[in-house]
Amino acid sequence: MALAEFVDATTEKKQTTEAVLELQEVSVLYSGKAAVKKVSCTIWRNRITAIIGPSGCGKSTLLRSLNRMNDFVDGVTIEGQILFAGQNLYGEAVDPVEVRRRIGMVFQKPNPFPKSIYNNISWGPSINGYSGSMDELVERSLQQAALWEEVKDRLQESALNLSGGQQQRLCIARALAMEPQVLLMDEPCSALDPISTAHIEDLMFELQSRYTMVIVTHNMQQAARVSDYTAFMEMGNLIEFGETDQIFTRPEKKRTEEYVTGRFG
Amino acid sequence: MAFLSENAQKHLANRHRKSRLFALLCAIVTWSSVFLLGVLLVRITLDGIGWLNWNFLTSFPSRFPAQAGIKSALAGTLWLIVMIAFISIPVGVSAALYLEEFSKRGRLDTLIEVNIANLSGVPSIVYGILGLAIFVRFFGLERSLISGALTMSLLIVPVIIIASREAIKTVPMSIRYAALSLGATRWQTTWSHVLPSAFPGIMTGVILALSRAIGETAPLILIGAASYVAFLPKGPMDSFTALPIQIYGWASRPQAEFSELAAAGILVLLAVLLLMNATAIFIRNKTEKRLK
Amino acid sequence: MSDFTPNTGLSFSIHKGVTRWGETAIKFWLGSCTALSLFTTAAIVVLLLVESFDFFMAVSPIDFFFGTRWVPLLKPSSYGVLPLLWGTMQITIGAALIAIPLGLASAIYLSEYASNQVRAWIKPILELLAGIPTVVYGYFALTFVTPMLRHVVPDIQVFNALSAAIVVGIMILPTIATLSDNALRAVPDSLRQAAYAIGATSYEVTTSIVVPAGLSGVMASFLLAISRAIGETMAVTLAAGQTPNLSLGMLGSIETMTAYIVQISIGDTPSGSIAYQTLFAVAALLFFITLMINVISQWILGRFREVYD
Repeated sequence: MALAEFVDATTEKKQTTEAVLELQEVSVLYSGKAAVKKVSCTIWRNRITAIIGPSGCGKSTLLRSLNRMNDFVDGVTIEGQILFAGQNLYGEAVDPVEVRRRIGMVFQKPNPFPKSIYNNISWGPSINGYSGSMDELVERSLQQAALWEEVKDRLQESALNLSGGQQQRLCIARALAMEPQVLLMDEPCSALDPISTAHIEDLMFELQSRYTMVIVTHNMQQAARVSDYTAFMEMGNLIEFGETDQIFTRPEKKRTEEYVTGRFG
Repeated sequence: MAFLSENAQKHLANRHRKSRLFALLCAIVTWSSVFLLGVLLVRITLDGIGWLNWNFLTSFPSRFPAQAGIKSALAGTLWLIVMIAFISIPVGVSAALYLEEFSKRGRLDTLIEVNIANLSGVPSIVYGILGLAIFVRFFGLERSLISGALTMSLLIVPVIIIASREAIKTVPMSIRYAALSLGATRWQTTWSHVLPSAFPGIMTGVILALSRAIGETAPLILIGAASYVAFLPKGPMDSFTALPIQIYGWASRPQAEFSELAAAGILVLLAVLLLMNATAIFIRNKTEKRLK
Repeated sequence: MSDFTPNTGLSFSIHKGVTRWGETAIKFWLGSCTALSLFTTAAIVVLLLVESFDFFMAVSPIDFFFGTRWVPLLKPSSYGVLPLLWGTMQITIGAALIAIPLGLASAIYLSEYASNQVRAWIKPILELLAGIPTVVYGYFALTFVTPMLRHVVPDIQVFNALSAAIVVGIMILPTIATLSDNALRAVPDSLRQAAYAIGATSYEVTTSIVVPAGLSGVMASFLLAISRAIGETMAVTLAAGQTPNLSLGMLGSIETMTAYIVQISIGDTPSGSIAYQTLFAVAALLFFITLMINVISQWILGRFREVYD
């Protein structure tokens, strides 16, 4: 690859693409108490957006409102709009099940089903009426999650026998098998060792060409390493949102600067 | 995309329908248990309420339904409650304390644990046979209150042990460490700190076990409690009858009057059980407040 | 506390070799209470074995286990236990057919659908159902269930296996519901969330993720309930009758093992006779069957704990 082309590619990457999710004054309230306050921002297609901020700032709550996982919390109400491909996720006609199969999620702690590796992947597509070759889908998903080589000879073994890092990659593969448009990751590396973390970060780079990702992390190096855009939240408010370079090198807000330079939080 | 054909859309609607139907079904099943309990209680109340009066409570059983009462059965049951409590609570709670606070978790202790779990699953009628062979025959206690109380105690001691252990387990280790670090012995720690903290839980378990004993019929029939006893027991060695035995005696007779007497007896038995459970709740609330 | 001296100086002594007699005595008492449980088991086993041995000296085990006629009290007597075993099985199978689906459905409702307030109401009600004395269920079967069944099946007898099976089913339903509810609620919430995040409906999450994950606890609850049904005495004695019977229909009078034991102990069978010893042989069989089921259920539960700890 010539140098000029490379520069072109990176600058092109910086450019905004089409919007996948548009948050318009989104507030999340637990029994009337706001955990997320009037957040507005845009999640761009095939980009990685990181949400950072101190513990309890509402970043996980915000993430979970993007695929309606907050529906399972008693007494939760959402205000504002989250547009997904132009449609409000919380509109009356919207089926949360359909939302979740298009917007996948990877959780903080690996949570494989107590089933075989193969069935962990195949369950989602099969309940959703997938009619293609399941073997191919399982293999493709595991390859995308960079797990195939490690497990191809023991697909029928219980997923609980895998190591923590492998389990988390399995959970990513499980989400990818649904071919989601967006992949939400809630501190996906917080329960993992540094080597497994590096594996997952590499994986995110590779997936970027096909998926839009939103990652919540409290690890600022991770946000700086992997993301294109960064949102900084504090006490439920979105303090600053912008390209990652800008947030980490030329933040506009004082609070952001203090946080990313480690002066508080 | 593979998932979003019109077919898949229809498929999703079907899945939702199935899901709602399933949830509804589960709810209906659960609520019908509640309904069933209502039917059972209403039915028995309607059958028995007409016979339930002061005369019924203060008369001995009789061949003539109109004169029959449950005086001796009620007295027998009250005797049994007190005697069973005196025998089973010290033994059951002591064993629980041993297993939680003193046992070294060796192989013997594991065996004892498995054994207690199995004992709690032995059919009550087998305890009846044991009581008949050991207390009535071998120790020559005859068909007396003490035989009945001992047999019932064997039956509920495993239940008390299991419930008390659960209560003792909830006492935080930090309390024990605090006491032991002051130079208390194991028993001083147990007696002054563990037992008081676990007391509400233990009492709840004990009373639930006792109410199980009060409702049990089969073991008493085996050791020979008679359904026709026209006197009040004066001591532990006297023969006796008890509420469930009396109910069984009446219920197994074909005449409608006796069947209604059985219902009236059931109402009295349920009242005794309710009283015991209310006591358990009262004790639990009161002691829990004190400890907080 | 005469030997308590304030720590004024740096004096210190360890009373090594001092035996605390009080502590030892208490420990001995506590240990004896615990050992009592072992004696109870030993007593049951020895008693049943010794008395059954006497019985099997007089009656061949082959006749007992494979004989199809149970006529212990009349001449010519016959001691084939199969009719009693079959009576117990009819009640147990009938009760299980009722209680397993309904109990599991209730457990699923409680753990997956009911709000905390609803659960706070229903659980005590289920415990009440479980706490009602079995003689009451017998009365209910005789005076309510059988007359109701007569509307549907007019030729049902006063004493019949069907109504007994129904009330035993009601009786063991709370056991299944509460224990299975506990097992299902022990399934980590992260599994449900993972399944919902894939786009599953609540039915799919429940049937393919939650129930399979809690299956061992659910199975154990089934087994415990079945063992209770087998050992159940008063309801079947009152409602199912006392006619040992190998027939298939559940509309007539039968006799279970437990009902037979009650029948013998109420009657004036002289102790020492063969008829009297049948009591112990039947009880030994009953004890052995329930013990096996309980042991299996505990084994399943033990494996369950290994997975989640």
